Amino acid sequence: MGKKMHIQMQVNGKAEEFLAEPRELLIYTLRERLNITGPHIGCETSHCGACTVTLNGKSVKACTVFVAQADGAEITTIEGLGTPDALHPLQTAFKEHHGLQCGYCTPGMITRATKLLEENPNPTEEEIRFGMAGNICRCTGYQNIVKSIKAAAAEMNAAKEAAE
Amino acid sequence: MIPASFEYYRPKDIAGVLALLRDHGDDARVMAGGHSLIPMMKLRMAEVPHLIDLQDVAGLGGIEVGESSIRLGAMVTQTEIIGHDGLAQAAPILREAALQIADPQVRNMGTVGGNVANGDPGNDMPGLMQCLDAVFTLVGQDGERQVAAREFYDAAYMTAREDDEVLTAVTIPLPKGGHAYEKQKRKIGDYATAAAAVQITREGGSCTAASIAMTNLSDTPVFCEEAGAALVGTSVDTAALDAAVAAMQAAIDPSEDNRGPVEFKRHVAGVILRRAIERAWSRA
Repeated sequence: MGKKMHIQMQVNGKAEEFLAEPRELLIYTLRERLNITGPHIGCETSHCGACTVTLNGKSVKACTVFVAQADGAEITTIEGLGTPDALHPLQTAFKEHHGLQCGYCTPGMITRATKLLEENPNPTEEEIRFGMAGNICRCTGYQNIVKSIKAAAAEMNAAKEAAE
Repeated sequence: MIPASFEYYRPKDIAGVLALLRDHGDDARVMAGGHSLIPMMKLRMAEVPHLIDLQDVAGLGGIEVGESSIRLGAMVTQTEIIGHDGLAQAAPILREAALQIADPQVRNMGTVGGNVANGDPGNDMPGLMQCLDAVFTLVGQDGERQVAAREFYDAAYMTAREDDEVLTAVTIPLPKGGHAYEKQKRKIGDYATAAAAVQITREGGSCTAASIAMTNLSDTPVFCEEAGAALVGTSVDTAALDAAVAAMQAAIDPSEDNRGPVEFKRHVAGVILRRAIERAWSRA
């Protein structure tokens, strides 16, 4: 056992403090220590994107970040995006457009898509495919994921216009 | 996949990094984005008793586009390279190459310094930096020194950087003419089966200079002066392309792996270089 270090982080707006070995991977911190089980472990080799979270404003794969690197960080997971009564527009769109089948990749997909739409609020299909290239889905063939993200973008842009 | 235990450090300045490297010798490693090192540590192919995270070290970031050269701080991420419009104007090959590295999440963490310093023959930036004749700044116990990218790589993971040195910046002379970074990969996130970095200048219908470097076709990047020379003075016609490809073929030394046998890689290298030269020439 290595020496533990004192870690602080904000996860979905909530302050967390604990002792952990620096080698702990962020995905395990979230899932096993903090019981935030939305981000999944797919490949654990930084390929599949099921573990995608937002770390200090950027999409990252939580299987390839040590908890020590995330000391002091702000983290958002799928749990921080919507609630069962008030879904995020991306969650609604994935539901309506059949953007998932087994659902295993979905938390990573949606968490990544939130950042994609922040960076590019009105993406083309090609831009969606390129921007989502770090997330693998083995069920849908991606067609409905792309449709869902397009629909969510339109919905979010319309809501923004209505608010202005 | 749980890596071996390590002591973790997050120094605020280079002096702090150097002190740790002095104290712990080759038991210590610096880490930038960690997307090469962490996977190796998870597989326990790399053991790092003392891990020095560079994320808080002052002075390692920033993209500066000057009148004759570009300076990239070692901690500049691939995402920052892609997003920097001044850089895309001054050296568009950097964005073209960075867009072909891994995927958005990995590019958010992966840095130019880590990519060039690691010495992995699969990384794209080493060959690119050889094409552009970049210079790496290394800071060690006795101060700073500059090493040309073309002199930096000895073998896979073996570079001119000493264990107690840190690569802090990459300086690139402003490239001229047309560019192309052409990469064949099996899928998103894979290393190149073959990749070529090409920068060409022309006057009228004639090529005046050409720089060519190849990726993942040997245990180091391959800067191929002869391939560039084969284009100079020509109209980059079929004969010149054939000569450049032949010169490149003589310089590479691919090995068989899950991307294919040697003959296939040699074939792909020829196709990729041809495409890269044609695209660079069309932009020159």
